[in-house]
Amino acid sequence: MKNARRRHLVSGAMIGLTYICAVLATLPLLLILWHLIVKGASSISLAFFTHMPRPIGEPGGGMANAIVGTLILIGIASAIGLPIGIGAGLHLAEKKTTPLAQTTRFLADVLNGLPSIVMGIFAWEILVRPIGHFSALAGGVALGAMMIPLVTRTTEEMLLVVPTSLREAALALGYPKWRTSISVVLRTALAGIVTGALVAIARIAGETAPLLFTALGNQFWSTSIGQPIAALPLQIFAYATNAYEELHRLAWAGALVLISIVLVISLAARLVTRSRFGAAVD
Amino acid sequence: MLQSIEVFRERPPRLVTPVVQVRAREPRVAPEETKPCIVASHLSAFFGETAAIRDVSISIPQNAVTAIIGPSGCGKSTLLRCFNRMHETVPRARVEGNVEILGSSIYGENTSPIAVRRHVGMVFQRPTPFPTMSIRANVAAGLRVDPKSHASRGATEEIVEEALQRAGLWAEAKDRLDESAIALSGGQQQRLCIARALATRPRVLLLDEPTASLDPLSTQKVEELVYELRTTVTVVIVTHNLQQAARVSDGTAFLLMGELIEFASTSEMFTAPRDPRTESYITGRFG
Repeated sequence: MKNARRRHLVSGAMIGLTYICAVLATLPLLLILWHLIVKGASSISLAFFTHMPRPIGEPGGGMANAIVGTLILIGIASAIGLPIGIGAGLHLAEKKTTPLAQTTRFLADVLNGLPSIVMGIFAWEILVRPIGHFSALAGGVALGAMMIPLVTRTTEEMLLVVPTSLREAALALGYPKWRTSISVVLRTALAGIVTGALVAIARIAGETAPLLFTALGNQFWSTSIGQPIAALPLQIFAYATNAYEELHRLAWAGALVLISIVLVISLAARLVTRSRFGAAVD
Repeated sequence: MLQSIEVFRERPPRLVTPVVQVRAREPRVAPEETKPCIVASHLSAFFGETAAIRDVSISIPQNAVTAIIGPSGCGKSTLLRCFNRMHETVPRARVEGNVEILGSSIYGENTSPIAVRRHVGMVFQRPTPFPTMSIRANVAAGLRVDPKSHASRGATEEIVEEALQRAGLWAEAKDRLDESAIALSGGQQQRLCIARALATRPRVLLLDEPTASLDPLSTQKVEELVYELRTTVTVVIVTHNLQQAARVSDGTAFLLMGELIEFASTSEMFTAPRDPRTESYITGRFG
Protein backbone atom coordinates (compact mmCIF):
# COMPACT_ATOMS: atom_id res chain seq x y z
CA MET A 1 0.00 0.00 0.00
CA LYS A 2 2.81 2.33 0.93
CA ASN A 3 4.51 1.49 -2.34
CA ALA A 4 1.37 2.17 -4.27
CA ARG A 5 1.08 5.63 -2.74
CA ARG A 6 4.69 6.35 -3.55
CA ARG A 7 4.18 5.22 -7.14
CA HIS A 8 1.17 7.50 -7.49
CA LEU A 9 3.14 10.41 -6.11
CA VAL A 10 6.11 9.86 -8.42
CA SER A 11 3.80 9.35 -11.35
CA GLY A 12 1.92 12.55 -10.56
CA ALA A 13 5.14 14.50 -10.18
CA MET A 14 6.50 13.23 -13.48
CA ILE A 15 3.30 14.03 -15.32
CA GLY A 16 3.38 17.49 -13.77
CA LEU A 17 6.95 17.86 -15.00
CA THR A 18 5.94 17.05 -18.56
CA TYR A 19 3.23 19.71 -18.34
CA ILE A 20 5.83 22.25 -17.29
CA CYS A 21 8.16 21.17 -20.12
CA ALA A 22 5.35 21.42 -22.65
CA VAL A 23 4.61 24.97 -21.53
CA LEU A 24 8.32 25.84 -21.55
CA ALA A 25 8.57 24.55 -25.12
CA THR A 26 5.94 27.01 -26.31
CA LEU A 27 7.16 29.79 -24.08
CA PRO A 28 9.91 31.18 -26.36
CA LEU A 29 7.50 31.61 -29.25
CA LEU A 30 4.90 33.24 -27.02
CA LEU A 31 7.49 35.57 -25.49
CA ILE A 32 8.86 36.52 -28.89
CA LEU A 33 5.38 37.17 -30.23
CA TRP A 34 4.47 39.23 -27.17
CA HIS A 35 7.65 41.25 -27.43
CA LEU A 36 7.21 41.85 -31.14
CA ILE A 37 3.61 42.90 -30.75
CA VAL A 38 4.42 45.29 -27.89
CA LYS A 39 7.36 46.90 -29.65
CA GLY A 40 6.39 46.56 -33.28
CA ALA A 41 2.62 46.68 -33.58
CA SER A 42 2.49 50.44 -33.10
CA SER A 43 4.71 50.96 -36.16
CA ILE A 44 2.61 48.76 -38.39
CA SER A 45 0.30 50.75 -40.58
CA LEU A 46 -0.69 50.73 -44.20
CA ALA A 47 2.33 52.91 -44.89
CA PHE A 48 4.60 50.19 -43.54
CA PHE A 49 3.49 47.90 -46.34
CA THR A 50 3.23 50.46 -49.12
CA HIS A 51 5.98 53.02 -48.45
CA MET A 52 9.69 52.95 -49.06
CA PRO A 53 12.21 53.48 -46.27
CA ARG A 54 12.79 57.17 -45.56
CA PRO A 55 16.26 58.66 -45.24
CA ILE A 56 17.63 58.49 -41.72
CA GLY A 57 16.22 61.18 -39.49
CA GLU A 58 12.91 61.52 -41.29
CA PRO A 59 10.02 59.93 -39.42
CA GLY A 60 7.68 57.34 -40.99
CA GLY A 61 8.42 55.25 -44.02
CA GLY A 62 7.87 51.54 -44.58
CA MET A 63 9.44 48.37 -45.79
CA ALA A 64 7.55 47.82 -49.03
CA ASN A 65 10.75 47.02 -50.89
CA ALA A 66 11.87 44.49 -48.27
CA ILE A 67 8.51 42.71 -48.19
CA VAL A 68 8.41 42.43 -51.98
CA GLY A 69 12.08 41.45 -51.98
CA THR A 70 11.48 38.62 -49.53
CA LEU A 71 8.58 37.36 -51.66
CA ILE A 72 10.76 37.47 -54.80
CA LEU A 73 13.57 35.63 -53.01
CA ILE A 74 11.10 32.97 -51.81
CA GLY A 75 9.84 32.70 -55.40
CA ILE A 76 13.31 32.16 -56.84
CA ALA A 77 14.23 29.72 -54.07
CA SER A 78 11.03 27.72 -54.64
CA ALA A 79 11.54 27.67 -58.39
CA ILE A 80 14.92 26.05 -57.78
CA GLY A 81 14.34 24.05 -54.61
CA LEU A 82 10.91 22.52 -55.21
CA PRO A 83 11.36 20.85 -58.63
CA ILE A 84 14.83 19.55 -57.79
CA GLY A 85 13.82 18.48 -54.30
CA ILE A 86 10.61 16.73 -55.38
CA GLY A 87 12.34 15.07 -58.33
CA ALA A 88 15.18 13.85 -56.14
CA GLY A 89 12.69 12.63 -53.52
CA LEU A 90 10.83 10.71 -56.21
CA HIS A 91 14.08 9.10 -57.28
CA LEU A 92 14.95 8.12 -53.69
CA ALA A 93 11.51 6.57 -53.17
CA GLU A 94 11.43 4.69 -56.47
CA LYS A 95 15.05 3.52 -56.59
CA LYS A 96 15.56 2.97 -52.88
CA THR A 97 18.74 0.93 -52.93
CA THR A 98 20.77 2.06 -55.95
CA PRO A 99 24.20 3.51 -55.10
CA LEU A 100 23.06 6.88 -56.48
CA ALA A 101 20.00 6.90 -54.23
CA GLN A 102 21.97 5.92 -51.15
CA THR A 103 24.62 8.55 -51.83
CA THR A 104 21.99 11.21 -52.49
CA ARG A 105 20.12 10.36 -49.30
CA PHE A 106 23.29 10.61 -47.23
CA LEU A 107 24.44 13.84 -48.86
CA ALA A 108 20.98 15.39 -48.48
CA ASP A 109 21.19 14.75 -44.74
CA VAL A 110 24.66 16.30 -44.62
CA LEU A 111 23.42 19.30 -46.63
CA ASN A 112 20.51 19.65 -44.22
CA GLY A 113 22.90 20.10 -41.34
CA LEU A 114 25.13 22.57 -43.18
CA PRO A 115 25.31 26.03 -41.58
CA SER A 116 23.31 28.44 -43.69
CA ILE A 117 26.18 30.91 -43.98
CA VAL A 118 28.07 28.25 -45.95
CA MET A 119 25.22 28.26 -48.47
CA GLY A 120 25.74 32.00 -48.79
CA ILE A 121 29.45 31.55 -49.44
CA PHE A 122 28.63 28.91 -52.03
CA ALA A 123 26.21 31.20 -53.87
CA TRP A 124 28.67 34.07 -53.64
CA GLU A 125 31.39 31.90 -55.15
CA ILE A 126 29.34 30.66 -58.10
CA LEU A 127 27.19 33.71 -58.84
CA VAL A 128 28.38 36.91 -57.20
CA ARG A 129 32.11 36.65 -57.87
CA PRO A 130 31.91 35.67 -61.57
CA ILE A 131 29.22 38.28 -62.32
CA GLY A 132 30.89 40.95 -60.29
CA HIS A 133 27.98 42.23 -58.22
CA PHE A 134 25.39 41.08 -55.70
CA SER A 135 21.99 40.02 -56.98
CA ALA A 136 18.58 38.71 -55.98
CA LEU A 137 19.32 35.66 -58.10
CA ALA A 138 22.34 34.77 -55.96
CA GLY A 139 20.22 35.12 -52.81
CA GLY A 140 17.48 32.95 -54.31
CA VAL A 141 20.00 30.30 -55.29
CA ALA A 142 21.43 30.21 -51.77
CA LEU A 143 17.95 29.80 -50.27
CA GLY A 144 16.95 27.30 -52.98
CA ALA A 145 20.01 25.19 -52.20
CA MET A 146 18.88 25.13 -48.57
CA MET A 147 15.42 23.98 -49.61
CA ILE A 148 16.59 21.08 -51.77
CA PRO A 149 17.57 18.62 -49.01
CA LEU A 150 14.53 19.51 -46.90
CA VAL A 151 12.11 18.95 -49.76
CA THR A 152 13.96 15.85 -50.97
CA ARG A 153 13.69 14.05 -47.67
CA THR A 154 10.07 14.98 -46.90
CA THR A 155 9.01 14.05 -50.45
CA GLU A 156 10.74 10.69 -50.09
CA GLU A 157 9.06 10.02 -46.76
CA MET A 158 5.63 10.97 -48.06
CA LEU A 159 6.05 8.75 -51.12
CA LEU A 160 7.16 5.78 -49.03
CA VAL A 161 3.94 5.98 -47.06
CA VAL A 162 2.00 5.19 -50.26
CA PRO A 163 1.35 1.44 -50.05
CA THR A 164 3.11 -0.84 -52.54
CA SER A 165 -0.25 -2.43 -53.25
CA LEU A 166 -1.40 0.82 -54.89
CA ARG A 167 1.70 0.89 -57.08
CA GLU A 168 1.07 -2.72 -58.04
CA ALA A 169 -2.59 -2.07 -58.79
CA ALA A 170 -1.60 0.64 -61.27
CA LEU A 171 1.07 -1.53 -62.89
CA ALA A 172 -1.38 -4.41 -63.17
CA LEU A 173 -3.79 -2.11 -65.01
CA GLY A 174 -1.18 -1.51 -67.67
CA TYR A 175 0.19 1.77 -66.36
CA PRO A 176 3.75 2.34 -67.54
CA LYS A 177 6.18 2.75 -64.66
CA TRP A 178 6.60 6.53 -65.05
CA ARG A 179 2.86 7.01 -65.22
CA THR A 180 2.40 4.93 -62.08
CA SER A 181 4.93 7.12 -60.27
CA ILE A 182 3.28 10.36 -61.36
CA SER A 183 -0.46 9.77 -61.57
CA VAL A 184 -0.81 7.31 -58.73
CA VAL A 185 2.08 7.46 -56.27
CA LEU A 186 2.90 11.16 -56.50
CA ARG A 187 -0.74 12.14 -56.62
CA THR A 188 -1.63 10.08 -53.58
CA ALA A 189 1.22 11.66 -51.64
CA LEU A 190 0.60 15.15 -53.00
CA ALA A 191 -0.91 16.69 -49.87
CA GLY A 192 2.03 15.49 -47.80
CA ILE A 193 4.50 16.81 -50.35
CA VAL A 194 2.79 20.21 -50.41
CA THR A 195 3.00 20.30 -46.62
CA GLY A 196 6.71 19.50 -46.81
CA ALA A 197 7.23 22.24 -49.38
CA LEU A 198 5.41 24.83 -47.24
CA VAL A 199 7.44 23.87 -44.19
CA ALA A 200 10.62 24.28 -46.23
CA ILE A 201 9.47 27.71 -47.46
CA ALA A 202 8.65 28.79 -43.92
CA ARG A 203 12.07 27.62 -42.87
CA ILE A 204 13.99 29.67 -45.48
CA ALA A 205 11.77 32.77 -45.39
CA GLY A 206 13.55 34.11 -42.34
CA GLU A 207 17.09 33.11 -43.24
CA THR A 208 19.53 36.01 -42.99
CA ALA A 209 23.01 34.56 -43.21
CA PRO A 210 22.79 33.22 -46.78
CA LEU A 211 21.58 36.64 -47.98
CA LEU A 212 24.32 38.74 -46.40
CA PHE A 213 26.73 38.50 -49.31
CA THR A 214 24.34 37.40 -52.04
CA ALA A 215 21.17 39.53 -52.11
CA LEU A 216 22.97 42.14 -49.97
CA GLY A 217 19.93 44.32 -49.39
CA ASN A 218 18.82 47.47 -51.17
CA GLN A 219 17.64 50.85 -49.94
CA PHE A 220 15.66 51.39 -53.11
CA TRP A 221 12.81 49.78 -54.94
CA SER A 222 14.07 46.92 -57.10
CA THR A 223 12.37 43.86 -58.51
CA SER A 224 15.18 42.96 -60.89
CA ILE A 225 16.70 39.59 -60.13
CA GLY A 226 20.01 40.78 -61.56
CA GLN A 227 20.36 43.56 -58.97
CA PRO A 228 20.81 43.53 -55.19
CA ILE A 229 17.43 43.24 -53.53
CA ALA A 230 16.03 44.15 -50.14
CA ALA A 231 14.76 41.42 -47.84
CA LEU A 232 12.99 41.57 -44.50
CA PRO A 233 15.65 39.72 -42.50
CA LEU A 234 18.39 41.95 -43.96
CA GLN A 235 16.42 45.11 -43.32
CA ILE A 236 15.74 44.03 -39.75
CA PHE A 237 19.44 43.37 -39.27
CA ALA A 238 20.41 46.76 -40.75
CA TYR A 239 17.84 48.72 -38.72
CA ALA A 240 18.37 46.88 -35.47
CA THR A 241 22.11 47.54 -35.51
CA ASN A 242 21.50 51.22 -36.27
CA ALA A 243 21.59 53.94 -33.60
CA TYR A 244 18.23 55.61 -34.33
CA GLU A 245 15.25 54.82 -32.15
CA GLU A 246 12.88 55.30 -35.11
CA LEU A 247 14.66 52.58 -37.08
CA HIS A 248 14.62 50.22 -34.11
CA ARG A 249 10.85 50.47 -34.03
CA LEU A 250 10.70 49.71 -37.75
CA ALA A 251 12.96 46.71 -37.18
CA TRP A 252 10.53 45.38 -34.56
CA ALA A 253 7.65 45.88 -36.95
CA GLY A 254 9.59 44.12 -39.72
CA ALA A 255 10.24 41.18 -37.41
CA LEU A 256 6.54 41.00 -36.60
CA VAL A 257 5.64 40.94 -40.30
CA LEU A 258 8.27 38.27 -40.99
CA ILE A 259 7.09 36.02 -38.18
CA SER A 260 3.51 36.52 -39.36
CA ILE A 261 4.45 35.37 -42.87
CA VAL A 262 6.09 32.26 -41.39
CA LEU A 263 3.09 31.62 -39.16
CA VAL A 264 0.65 31.89 -42.05
CA ILE A 265 2.70 29.47 -44.16
CA SER A 266 2.90 27.02 -41.25
CA LEU A 267 -0.84 27.26 -40.70
CA ALA A 268 -1.43 26.58 -44.39
CA ALA A 269 0.83 23.54 -44.09
CA ARG A 270 -1.23 22.27 -41.18
CA LEU A 271 -4.48 22.76 -43.07
CA VAL A 272 -3.16 20.80 -46.05
CA THR A 273 -1.98 18.05 -43.72
CA ARG A 274 -5.37 17.86 -42.08
CA SER A 275 -7.13 17.39 -45.42
CA ARG A 276 -4.61 14.66 -46.14
CA PHE A 277 -5.71 12.73 -43.09
CA GLY A 278 -9.30 13.46 -43.98
CA ALA A 279 -8.73 11.45 -47.14
CA ALA A 280 -6.51 8.89 -45.49
CA VAL A 281 -5.08 6.02 -47.51
CA ASP A 282 -6.56 2.72 -46.47
CA MET B 1 -18.28 -16.16 -27.17
CA LEU B 2 -18.49 -19.86 -27.92
CA GLN B 3 -22.22 -19.63 -28.15
CA SER B 4 -22.14 -16.82 -30.64
CA ILE B 5 -19.84 -18.80 -32.90
CA GLU B 6 -22.27 -21.71 -32.78
CA VAL B 7 -25.13 -19.42 -33.74
CA PHE B 8 -23.12 -18.00 -36.56
CA ARG B 9 -22.38 -21.46 -37.86
CA GLU B 10 -25.99 -22.36 -38.13
CA ARG B 11 -27.23 -19.22 -39.80
CA PRO B 12 -25.50 -18.80 -43.16
CA PRO B 13 -25.45 -22.38 -44.36
CA ARG B 14 -24.14 -21.55 -47.82
CA LEU B 15 -20.85 -20.40 -46.45
CA VAL B 16 -19.99 -23.56 -44.61
CA THR B 17 -20.47 -26.06 -47.39
CA PRO B 18 -18.61 -29.26 -46.52
CA VAL B 19 -15.36 -29.51 -48.39
CA VAL B 20 -16.38 -32.35 -50.63
CA GLN B 21 -19.75 -31.02 -51.59
CA VAL B 22 -19.22 -29.28 -54.91
CA ARG B 23 -22.03 -26.94 -55.81
CA ALA B 24 -23.85 -28.57 -58.66
CA ARG B 25 -24.21 -25.61 -60.97
CA GLU B 26 -23.94 -27.17 -64.38
CA PRO B 27 -22.48 -27.12 -66.87
CA ARG B 28 -19.14 -27.82 -65.32
CA VAL B 29 -16.33 -28.51 -67.69
CA ALA B 30 -13.29 -30.57 -67.08
CA PRO B 31 -10.15 -28.60 -67.91
CA GLU B 32 -9.15 -30.85 -70.78
CA GLU B 33 -12.44 -30.48 -72.61
CA THR B 34 -12.15 -26.83 -73.54
CA LYS B 35 -9.73 -24.68 -75.50
CA PRO B 36 -6.67 -23.65 -73.52
CA CYS B 37 -6.28 -19.98 -72.62
CA ILE B 38 -3.16 -19.80 -70.50
CA VAL B 39 -0.47 -22.34 -71.27
CA ALA B 40 2.58 -22.32 -69.02
CA SER B 41 5.47 -24.54 -69.98
CA HIS B 42 8.37 -25.36 -67.67
CA LEU B 43 7.74 -22.17 -65.78
CA SER B 44 10.02 -21.36 -62.86
CA ALA B 45 10.03 -18.12 -60.91
CA PHE B 46 12.79 -16.90 -58.65
CA PHE B 47 13.31 -14.32 -55.94
CA GLY B 48 17.05 -13.83 -56.13
CA GLU B 49 18.38 -17.41 -56.01
CA THR B 50 15.33 -18.94 -54.35
CA ALA B 51 12.85 -20.62 -56.63
CA ALA B 52 9.28 -19.84 -55.60
CA ILE B 53 7.80 -22.04 -58.29
CA ARG B 54 9.60 -24.85 -60.10
CA ASP B 55 9.03 -26.21 -63.54
CA VAL B 56 5.28 -25.75 -63.64
CA SER B 57 3.48 -26.76 -66.82
CA ILE B 58 -0.23 -26.15 -66.85
CA SER B 59 -2.92 -25.50 -69.43
CA ILE B 60 -5.73 -23.33 -68.09
CA PRO B 61 -9.01 -23.56 -70.04
CA GLN B 62 -10.72 -20.61 -71.64
CA ASN B 63 -13.87 -19.04 -70.18
CA ALA B 64 -13.80 -21.10 -67.05
CA VAL B 65 -12.83 -20.50 -63.45
CA THR B 66 -9.62 -22.16 -62.36
CA ALA B 67 -8.68 -22.17 -58.69
CA ILE B 68 -5.13 -22.44 -57.44
CA ILE B 69 -4.94 -23.88 -53.96
CA GLY B 70 -2.12 -24.88 -51.67
CA PRO B 71 -0.61 -24.10 -48.27
CA SER B 72 0.91 -20.70 -47.48
CA GLY B 73 4.17 -20.05 -49.25
CA CYS B 74 3.61 -22.71 -51.88
CA GLY B 75 3.90 -20.20 -54.72
CA LYS B 76 0.23 -19.71 -55.59
CA SER B 77 0.46 -15.94 -55.83
CA THR B 78 3.81 -16.07 -57.58
CA LEU B 79 2.38 -18.39 -60.23
CA LEU B 80 -0.54 -16.02 -60.72
CA ARG B 81 1.80 -13.05 -60.98
CA CYS B 82 3.73 -14.81 -63.74
CA PHE B 83 0.58 -14.73 -65.87
CA ASN B 84 0.59 -10.93 -66.17
CA ARG B 85 4.32 -10.35 -65.71
CA MET B 86 3.84 -8.75 -62.33
CA HIS B 87 6.39 -11.11 -60.80
CA GLU B 88 9.24 -9.28 -62.47
CA THR B 89 8.30 -5.96 -60.84
CA VAL B 90 9.79 -7.23 -57.58
CA PRO B 91 13.52 -6.40 -57.31
CA ARG B 92 15.79 -9.36 -58.16
CA ALA B 93 12.87 -11.48 -59.31
CA ARG B 94 13.07 -13.39 -62.58
CA VAL B 95 11.17 -15.95 -64.60
CA GLU B 96 12.30 -18.96 -66.63
CA GLY B 97 10.19 -20.97 -69.06
CA ASN B 98 7.30 -19.60 -71.03
CA VAL B 99 3.67 -18.61 -70.76
CA GLU B 100 1.32 -18.34 -73.72
CA ILE B 101 -1.98 -16.56 -73.47
CA LEU B 102 -4.44 -17.26 -76.30
CA GLY B 103 -1.62 -18.47 -78.48
CA SER B 104 0.92 -15.69 -78.06
CA SER B 105 3.89 -15.83 -75.77
CA ILE B 106 3.74 -13.12 -73.10
CA TYR B 107 7.46 -13.44 -72.46
CA GLY B 108 8.34 -12.98 -76.14
CA GLU B 109 11.14 -10.60 -77.00
CA ASN B 110 8.86 -8.01 -78.57
CA THR B 111 6.12 -8.25 -75.97
CA SER B 112 6.00 -5.43 -73.47
CA PRO B 113 4.73 -6.24 -69.98
CA ILE B 114 2.50 -3.17 -70.20
CA ALA B 115 0.64 -4.58 -73.20
CA VAL B 116 0.27 -7.93 -71.44
CA ARG B 117 -1.19 -6.32 -68.33
CA ARG B 118 -3.77 -4.44 -70.41
CA HIS B 119 -5.20 -7.76 -71.58
CA VAL B 120 -4.87 -9.56 -68.28
CA GLY B 121 -6.67 -7.93 -65.38
CA MET B 122 -5.66 -8.50 -61.77
CA VAL B 123 -7.32 -7.99 -58.41
CA PHE B 124 -5.38 -8.21 -55.18
CA GLN B 125 -5.92 -9.50 -51.69
CA ARG B 126 -6.64 -6.09 -50.23
CA PRO B 127 -8.84 -3.65 -52.11
CA THR B 128 -6.66 -1.08 -53.88
CA PRO B 129 -8.86 1.78 -55.09
CA PHE B 130 -6.86 4.88 -56.02
CA PRO B 131 -7.64 7.16 -53.07
CA THR B 132 -7.32 10.42 -54.97
CA MET B 133 -9.80 9.41 -57.66
CA SER B 134 -13.59 9.28 -57.74
CA ILE B 135 -15.42 6.01 -58.23
CA ARG B 136 -15.90 6.88 -61.88
CA ALA B 137 -12.24 7.79 -62.40
CA ASN B 138 -11.16 4.59 -60.70
CA VAL B 139 -13.15 2.43 -63.10
CA ALA B 140 -11.90 4.43 -66.09
CA ALA B 141 -8.28 4.43 -64.88
CA GLY B 142 -7.19 1.57 -67.12
CA LEU B 143 -8.81 3.14 -70.18
CA ARG B 144 -7.01 6.40 -69.67
CA VAL B 145 -3.56 4.89 -70.01
CA ASP B 146 -4.40 2.70 -72.99
CA PRO B 147 -3.09 4.43 -76.12
CA LYS B 148 -5.40 2.34 -78.28
CA SER B 149 -8.49 3.41 -76.42
CA HIS B 150 -9.65 6.76 -77.71
CA ALA B 151 -12.98 6.42 -76.02
CA SER B 152 -14.95 9.65 -76.04
CA ARG B 153 -16.46 10.96 -72.83
CA GLY B 154 -19.79 9.35 -73.64
CA ALA B 155 -18.21 6.04 -74.56
CA THR B 156 -16.15 6.05 -71.38
CA GLU B 157 -19.34 6.71 -69.45
CA GLU B 158 -20.91 3.63 -71.05
CA ILE B 159 -17.87 1.49 -70.33
CA VAL B 160 -17.86 2.61 -66.69
CA GLU B 161 -21.52 1.68 -66.34
CA GLU B 162 -21.03 -1.67 -68.02
CA ALA B 163 -18.01 -2.52 -65.87
CA LEU B 164 -19.85 -1.57 -62.68
CA GLN B 165 -22.85 -3.64 -63.82
CA ARG B 166 -20.67 -6.65 -64.44
CA ALA B 167 -19.02 -6.22 -61.05
CA GLY B 168 -22.44 -6.01 -59.39
CA LEU B 169 -21.75 -2.55 -58.00
CA TRP B 170 -23.88 -0.40 -60.29
CA ALA B 171 -26.97 -0.32 -58.09
CA GLU B 172 -24.93 0.77 -55.07
CA ALA B 173 -22.63 3.20 -56.84
CA LYS B 174 -24.66 4.80 -59.61
CA ASP B 175 -25.71 7.80 -57.53
CA ARG B 176 -22.26 8.45 -56.10
CA LEU B 177 -19.94 8.08 -59.07
CA ASP B 178 -18.16 11.34 -58.28
CA GLU B 179 -17.53 10.51 -54.65
CA SER B 180 -14.12 9.38 -53.48
CA ALA B 181 -13.58 5.68 -53.98
CA ILE B 182 -12.43 5.24 -50.39
CA ALA B 183 -15.87 6.25 -49.16
CA LEU B 184 -17.01 2.75 -50.20
CA SER B 185 -17.00 -0.19 -47.81
CA GLY B 186 -14.26 -2.82 -48.08
CA GLY B 187 -16.44 -5.24 -50.02
CA GLN B 188 -17.61 -2.50 -52.35
CA GLN B 189 -14.03 -1.38 -52.84
CA GLN B 190 -13.05 -4.88 -53.88
CA ARG B 191 -15.91 -5.04 -56.39
CA LEU B 192 -14.81 -1.61 -57.61
CA CYS B 193 -11.35 -3.07 -58.21
CA ILE B 194 -12.95 -5.90 -60.16
CA ALA B 195 -14.92 -3.33 -62.19
CA ARG B 196 -11.71 -1.40 -62.81
CA ALA B 197 -10.03 -4.56 -64.05
CA LEU B 198 -13.01 -5.41 -66.27
CA ALA B 199 -13.28 -1.96 -67.84
CA THR B 200 -10.43 -2.59 -70.25
CA ARG B 201 -12.25 -5.76 -71.36
CA PRO B 202 -9.47 -8.19 -70.50
CA ARG B 203 -9.56 -11.75 -71.79
CA VAL B 204 -8.18 -13.03 -68.51
CA LEU B 205 -8.89 -11.99 -64.93
CA LEU B 206 -6.45 -12.97 -62.20
CA LEU B 207 -7.76 -12.87 -58.64
CA ASP B 208 -5.22 -13.11 -55.84
CA GLU B 209 -7.19 -14.14 -52.73
CA PRO B 210 -9.82 -11.53 -53.56
CA THR B 211 -11.94 -12.25 -50.49
CA ALA B 212 -9.21 -12.66 -47.89
CA SER B 213 -9.96 -9.28 -46.31
CA LEU B 214 -13.74 -9.33 -46.74
CA ASP B 215 -16.61 -10.25 -44.47
CA PRO B 216 -18.75 -13.33 -45.26
CA LEU B 217 -21.48 -11.39 -47.05
CA SER B 218 -19.11 -9.47 -49.27
CA THR B 219 -17.25 -12.72 -49.89
CA GLN B 220 -20.44 -14.32 -51.08
CA LYS B 221 -21.11 -11.44 -53.46
CA VAL B 222 -17.64 -11.63 -54.94
CA GLU B 223 -17.95 -15.40 -55.31
CA GLU B 224 -21.23 -15.12 -57.15
CA LEU B 225 -19.70 -12.50 -59.36
CA VAL B 226 -16.75 -14.75 -60.19
CA TYR B 227 -19.15 -17.53 -61.07
CA GLU B 228 -21.05 -15.28 -63.46
CA LEU B 229 -17.95 -13.83 -65.07
CA ARG B 230 -16.67 -17.13 -66.36
CA THR B 231 -18.96 -17.10 -69.37
CA THR B 232 -17.06 -14.12 -70.78
CA VAL B 233 -13.67 -14.11 -69.10
CA THR B 234 -11.11 -16.68 -68.17
CA VAL B 235 -10.74 -16.42 -64.41
CA VAL B 236 -7.84 -17.71 -62.36
CA ILE B 237 -8.37 -17.40 -58.62
CA VAL B 238 -5.85 -18.03 -55.88
CA THR B 239 -7.49 -18.97 -52.64
CA HIS B 240 -6.68 -20.18 -49.16
CA ASN B 241 -10.22 -21.25 -48.74
CA LEU B 242 -10.97 -24.75 -50.00
CA GLN B 243 -14.71 -24.29 -49.78
CA GLN B 244 -14.35 -21.25 -51.94
CA ALA B 245 -12.42 -23.18 -54.55
CA ALA B 246 -15.10 -25.86 -54.45
CA ARG B 247 -17.87 -23.30 -54.79
CA VAL B 248 -16.60 -21.15 -57.62
CA SER B 249 -14.20 -23.09 -59.77
CA ASP B 250 -14.47 -25.48 -62.69
CA GLY B 251 -10.91 -26.72 -62.39
CA THR B 252 -8.53 -26.73 -59.44
CA ALA B 253 -4.76 -26.82 -59.37
CA PHE B 254 -2.93 -27.89 -56.24
CA LEU B 255 0.49 -26.40 -55.63
CA LEU B 256 2.94 -27.61 -52.99
CA MET B 257 6.36 -26.10 -52.35
CA GLY B 258 6.44 -24.48 -55.74
CA GLU B 259 5.48 -27.56 -57.67
CA LEU B 260 2.22 -28.35 -59.41
CA ILE B 261 1.01 -31.56 -57.79
CA GLU B 262 -2.32 -32.01 -59.50
CA PHE B 263 -4.67 -30.22 -61.84
CA ALA B 264 -8.13 -31.63 -62.48
CA SER B 265 -11.75 -30.68 -62.62
CA THR B 266 -12.89 -29.35 -59.27
CA SER B 267 -15.41 -32.13 -58.68
CA GLU B 268 -12.79 -34.76 -59.35
CA MET B 269 -10.21 -32.95 -57.26
CA PHE B 270 -12.42 -32.78 -54.20
CA THR B 271 -13.98 -36.22 -54.48
CA ALA B 272 -11.29 -38.42 -55.98
CA PRO B 273 -7.86 -36.77 -55.90
CA ARG B 274 -5.24 -38.81 -57.64
CA ASP B 275 -2.24 -37.74 -55.60
CA PRO B 276 -2.05 -38.71 -51.92
CA ARG B 277 -0.62 -35.27 -51.10
CA THR B 278 -3.66 -33.57 -52.60
CA GLU B 279 -5.86 -35.81 -50.55
CA SER B 280 -4.07 -35.01 -47.31
CA TYR B 281 -4.27 -31.29 -48.06
CA ILE B 282 -7.95 -31.16 -48.90
CA THR B 283 -8.88 -33.35 -46.00
CA GLY B 284 -7.01 -30.97 -43.75
CA ARG B 285 -4.04 -33.06 -42.72
CA PHE B 286 -1.57 -30.23 -43.39
CA GLY B 287 -1.39 -26.66 -44.62
